[in-house]
Amino acid sequence: MGNPLDTISGTITAGFVLTVILYVLVKALV
Amino acid sequence: METLLAWGHFLAGITWIGILYYFNFIQVPFLKAVTPETKAEAFKHLVPNALWWFRWGALFTWLFGAALLMNQHRLGSAFLLQGPDAVIGMGAWLGTIMLVNVWGIIWPNQKKVLGLKEATADEKAKAGRMALLASRTNTMLSIPMLFFMASSGHASGLF
Repeated sequence: MGNPLDTISGTITAGFVLTVILYVLVKALV
Repeated sequence: METLLAWGHFLAGITWIGILYYFNFIQVPFLKAVTPETKAEAFKHLVPNALWWFRWGALFTWLFGAALLMNQHRLGSAFLLQGPDAVIGMGAWLGTIMLVNVWGIIWPNQKKVLGLKEATADEKAKAGRMALLASRTNTMLSIPMLFFMASSGHASGLF
């Protein structure tokens, strides 16, 4: 398997996963 | 003042992220598909122009955003992720990382790719790879960045 950022769908998926992770993180902060 | 700063932030931000999506979703697949002659033409007459709006859009987005937070007296608490300002602060940090990617990685490498800066064919290939990955990373980061920017003003109930 190559770098997921080589594909557009991989990039968008990574972005959404990151959104969920950061949301939970900030939710804990606020 | 508040409105003017927000307006400038949105205007520059749309310019920046719009061109970022253009690069990732339109230009990269296009350059992969065309002949070397077309690619050379695009590198000469299209890409430098797009990169100019892209990198200055990025800088002005950040400056207007920082001025906006300063005007609201929450620049410090945002970047320190304190209390409710942590929401916009996350967006600001992601935007800051993206700005550094633009000026620190994408632009210096693109200068080699475009031939604005001397580079061997091998260095050019490496620079193209670096610029692509940084650009893809920014596309990925823009998704949570916009989520935190939007939710700080319109979805405070989420937090």
